[in-house]
Amino acid sequence: MNAIYTKRVQFQYGFKRGLPITIGYLPVSFAFGLTAVKAGMHPLLAILMSLTNLTSAGQFAGASLINEGAAYLEITLTTFVINIRYMLMSLSLSQKLDRSVTFPERLIFSFGITDETFAVAASEEQDLTYHYMIGLIIGPIAGWTFGTMLGALICSALPEALSNALGIALYGMFLAIIIPPCKHSVHILYVILSSCLLSCIFKYAPLLNKISAGFRVILVTLIICSLAAYLFPIPELTENQQERSE
Amino acid sequence: MSTSHALIAIFLMALVTYIPRVLPITIFQKKIESSFIQSFLKYVPYAVLSALTIPDIIYSTNNYITAGIGTVVALTLAYFEKNLVVVASGAILSVYVASFFL
Repeated sequence: MNAIYTKRVQFQYGFKRGLPITIGYLPVSFAFGLTAVKAGMHPLLAILMSLTNLTSAGQFAGASLINEGAAYLEITLTTFVINIRYMLMSLSLSQKLDRSVTFPERLIFSFGITDETFAVAASEEQDLTYHYMIGLIIGPIAGWTFGTMLGALICSALPEALSNALGIALYGMFLAIIIPPCKHSVHILYVILSSCLLSCIFKYAPLLNKISAGFRVILVTLIICSLAAYLFPIPELTENQQERSE
Repeated sequence: MSTSHALIAIFLMALVTYIPRVLPITIFQKKIESSFIQSFLKYVPYAVLSALTIPDIIYSTNNYITAGIGTVVALTLAYFEKNLVVVASGAILSVYVASFFL
């Protein structure tokens, strides 16, 4: 098989895997465009933000801070803290990359690492190639930007009941990612349940509730994943790695 | 809010969103041997997404009851392994319909 053909197949496979994310992003980014413009942002700025940031929770937080006229430091810090979780995902993907992926290629496709593209890439059986990753992220980038555009432009024409309902889209998407695997692994189920519990404790317990949402997510992740890795190490993983290196 | 303030803020946000994505994957070019770290990383997405969703989902629609209904619908659809689009749309639709009865 020649190399160009393989690259095209990898790209197409990645694109196909990204399609549900592309469509799933439409209602969420629509909701973002709508919220941002309703709060006073220019539609073009909302679209530019989606194109350059490509992130859900960080954009919702950042846009509302911008609209309040917050200081750069506060906007930057808040967004950064919400997005630190990508470090864990990026680190995880670094372990799954095909040897052929070069440094400049890493610089390019890492822009497209999101909660959803990460979840799909992490669930692939084989090692990840550059063309697969590009195929995977290109649809979601387009979908996220296009949805924002629609939301920003249609903004005022939408009834309030519908714009309220769109608020749940982001979380529906998250649930679609985490629930199916926990049917097959009781350890993942434990991780999810304990993370939910700890997240609620951080949110409502006195003193702890002073912690910002971004730090809450990071603390929950560090605590629960350390415990889980200690209590339920994944033996299959080590075997796979050995097979790979043979 | 001025346009230049927003533009600079968007640029800064883009920067601090890209940095955590790009750093680990360019720094760690080799496989990490530790089975603890491998297991830890395997569990990361589930902990992150759980903590992002709970309890915030209940505040997502400006009404606890419709949000609760949407959550149950999303959980049920996700349990039956429906894809992202079906779960997100099902949740939106159920919240929208429920809001007319409350």
